[in-house]
Amino acid sequence: MDRNTKIRDFHQARWDEPIIFEMSAPGETGINLPEIEPEIEAETGDVAQLIPGEHLRSNPPALPEMSQMRVLKHYLHLSQENLGADLNVDIGQGTCTMKYSPNINEQFASSPKIVDLHPLQSEDTFQGTLEIMYNLEQYLKAISGMDRFSLQPGGGSHAILAIVSMIRAWIDDQGLGNTKDEIITTMFSHPSNYAVAKTKGFKVINIYPDPETGRPDFEAFKAAVSERTAALLITNPEDIGCYNDKIKEFTELVHAHGGLCSYDQANANGVLGISRAKEAGFDICFFNVHKTFSSPHGCGGPGCGVVGVKDYLSPYLPVPLTGFDQKCGKYYLDYNLPKSIGKVKDFYGVIPAIIRAYAWIMNLGAEGLLEVSRVAVLNNNYIFRKVLAMKGTEAPYAEGEHRMEQVRYSFQPLKDETGCGFDEVQRRISDFGCHIWNSHEPFIVPEPFTIEPTESYSKDEIDEYLAVLEKIIEEAYTTPEMLKTAPHNSVIHHIAEHKYLDDPDLWAITWRMYKNRYEGYFEPKKE
Amino acid sequence: MFRLGLIINPVAGMGGPVGLKGTDGEEVLRLAFSKGAVAQSPERASRVLKHLKKAQHKFSLLTCPGSMGGEIVRSCGLEFKTLPMETGKVTSPDHTRRAAALMMEHPVDLLLFAGGDGTARDIASAVGENQLCLGVPAGVKIHSSVYAISPEHAGEIVLDLIEGGRSSSFLAEVMDIDEEAFRADQLKARLYGYLKVPRVEKGLQALKTGSAATEKASQQAIAAFFAEEMDPETLYLIGPGSTTRELLQWLGQEGTLLGVDALRNGHIVKRDLNEKECLELLYQVENRATIVVTPIGGQGFIFGRGNQQFSPEVIRRVSKDHILVVATPGKMQSLQGSPFRLDTGDPEMDHNLCGIYRVLTGYREIAFYRAEK
Repeated sequence: MDRNTKIRDFHQARWDEPIIFEMSAPGETGINLPEIEPEIEAETGDVAQLIPGEHLRSNPPALPEMSQMRVLKHYLHLSQENLGADLNVDIGQGTCTMKYSPNINEQFASSPKIVDLHPLQSEDTFQGTLEIMYNLEQYLKAISGMDRFSLQPGGGSHAILAIVSMIRAWIDDQGLGNTKDEIITTMFSHPSNYAVAKTKGFKVINIYPDPETGRPDFEAFKAAVSERTAALLITNPEDIGCYNDKIKEFTELVHAHGGLCSYDQANANGVLGISRAKEAGFDICFFNVHKTFSSPHGCGGPGCGVVGVKDYLSPYLPVPLTGFDQKCGKYYLDYNLPKSIGKVKDFYGVIPAIIRAYAWIMNLGAEGLLEVSRVAVLNNNYIFRKVLAMKGTEAPYAEGEHRMEQVRYSFQPLKDETGCGFDEVQRRISDFGCHIWNSHEPFIVPEPFTIEPTESYSKDEIDEYLAVLEKIIEEAYTTPEMLKTAPHNSVIHHIAEHKYLDDPDLWAITWRMYKNRYEGYFEPKKE
Repeated sequence: MFRLGLIINPVAGMGGPVGLKGTDGEEVLRLAFSKGAVAQSPERASRVLKHLKKAQHKFSLLTCPGSMGGEIVRSCGLEFKTLPMETGKVTSPDHTRRAAALMMEHPVDLLLFAGGDGTARDIASAVGENQLCLGVPAGVKIHSSVYAISPEHAGEIVLDLIEGGRSSSFLAEVMDIDEEAFRADQLKARLYGYLKVPRVEKGLQALKTGSAATEKASQQAIAAFFAEEMDPETLYLIGPGSTTRELLQWLGQEGTLLGVDALRNGHIVKRDLNEKECLELLYQVENRATIVVTPIGGQGFIFGRGNQQFSPEVIRRVSKDHILVVATPGKMQSLQGSPFRLDTGDPEMDHNLCGIYRVLTGYREIAFYRAEK
């Protein structure tokens, strides 16, 4: 790390922007609509009459009343209270793969050619979009080694639901519904595996990590696999960033007992062009295109979890698939899959995410994809060495090994030595315009944090983040109160408890809920 | 108004800094004094009380007189009432037990106590498992799961309860060791009972398999799965623990918390068995039986801590393949990745029991988990 690295003098916006409902001024309007011209009204009659009476509101909605200018300023103010990928170094959001989405891809996705499409218009009239969908599938096949892809599911958990639905359909088709009733997954694999498997009537077997290597305990896995095993749902590398080099033994063992293997590649940022689902022996895989392939994770729009399978499972894929009729030279949507698990998403899936993924892959090419993973792994191992050299940190498991694209660290030594742990660091780091998050299920690493730099961040930016982290750790040892009373440069200072996030009974996710639960609660008490 | 009870064991922790591995017994206490030991628990209790000062108007405080509470509370500038009891110059476990029993007569919403494993044992023997308690770690030995991580952490938990925050709770193990053996560098811990403690809702609690579930709900989920999988012809020897007891309660059976109960065809055959009675029952069923155990929180012992009724002979008759472990996600998480541990008293048996176990962790949820010596 460059000793001259400067930490920016950051301060969040100094205003605490009110909720828009609180700014409402009765009678104030944003747009004054003109009266309907008599000639038009004579033609149309009273259009309100066209709406069935039972659908009409008895009272107008209680929307805020504001002028356009105030609305625009309000949202600008809110955006300035935020931390986000366009403002700060987002590498503390490990597992989310917060990488740069080229703005040109946003322009493609928001082009009128895409946004003005109607989902019910004739296939003949959106051949270009179908061609992109078809071609993207070909690229995904090359990247994974699978034989067919459905682009339908709208995210990672959705993809897992589609996958387990296919596994259920395949097992029932084989007449094995009564014998194969267990799905095996691992502690560091996707949390949705549990819920989805049970939704589809399976028992779930969980394999904990080997305390030394961090990889799923192979002996425990061998004990778990049996004739009852319907499928293995597994991630590789898992969140700790260690590649499971025994993965083929895992898949072979499951196949030897007649089960299927599904590879969670939601985050494939460390393995593009390096390893493939096919060679590792998987029958199924899925990618989150909103993580690995351009679309931002989170608030950047809806996600998209594309599901790929080997040919013997393609009859079960969700419809529609995209096809190309060579005779007519036309692309089409294929709904004719009698064994399909059916429709899992409205219309054609999440087209903007598909467009961005297509543009990203086209821009990079095969060499570029490989370079993405190489740089992501290099960046991560640079950070890995720097973080481990800081007091108060450790990285459980696999001591002395390199990691792939991310690392699950622990602040437990810092907590033991200073009383400041993850919570305190998380609050303090926002004072520097950075962020680190704490949703690191399964929480078997104490005081966890995960850093994932991806390929997007420059060395200068990474160094700045590390310098911030180092400064905060130093403060923990010398002036811990600075952490415990943080943040100091934010609009809202110090929310002491997690309970308002954790407890649904305390949530207020609409204005009406807020009024019912908390009106007057935050006002100063009158003597 | 929230009613807080406070008991301080003023001699807890004195042995540690002067090289003694505990402060139990008058002789050890005299030795500690002679070596210049200074009381640890008053300082630790005051750290909690200072944390609570900002909420003084929201709770009433009931404590013991003198060094078991009053002196320390007064020095922190908090208002309080005292229990009608004498403590004398040097306090003993009797004083702790008496104070805890008196607290039950003046109901408190939370009984906070500062001490070590011995103190937790004394409290547990007096209040049973229905009184919400929380330990402030101040002893030489802290093996029990009833303690906050630090006085400040205890302060945060109590403040949360005072402010009307989350109130879910679970039964946590009260463990203690044989101090005579410990001073000779032999670690022998025992399960002495359970105390009801607040479930602390920090990030660490949110396992993927049970994010919003309380410990009780997790235990019921396991019980429902156990009932579904149960073989009516098999004799189940259900070991001690709140999770194992829930298996019986789910079936409408009243089990023991600290004993071994025998279950067959959904009904209790016999309660609170000793080793000999286990062997007799096994003989009757020609050893067609399953042992059901739950690990000790944090430490992971599945044999040899509180379930010595499962002697090497009993385990041999049942066989390793018929040992079923039940553990909530929270209990599994408390192991922090360490394997289950074995201490049957027979090294060869411990060696043979090493390996992978099937663990019921929820409804239709199973883990395969390693046990080591």
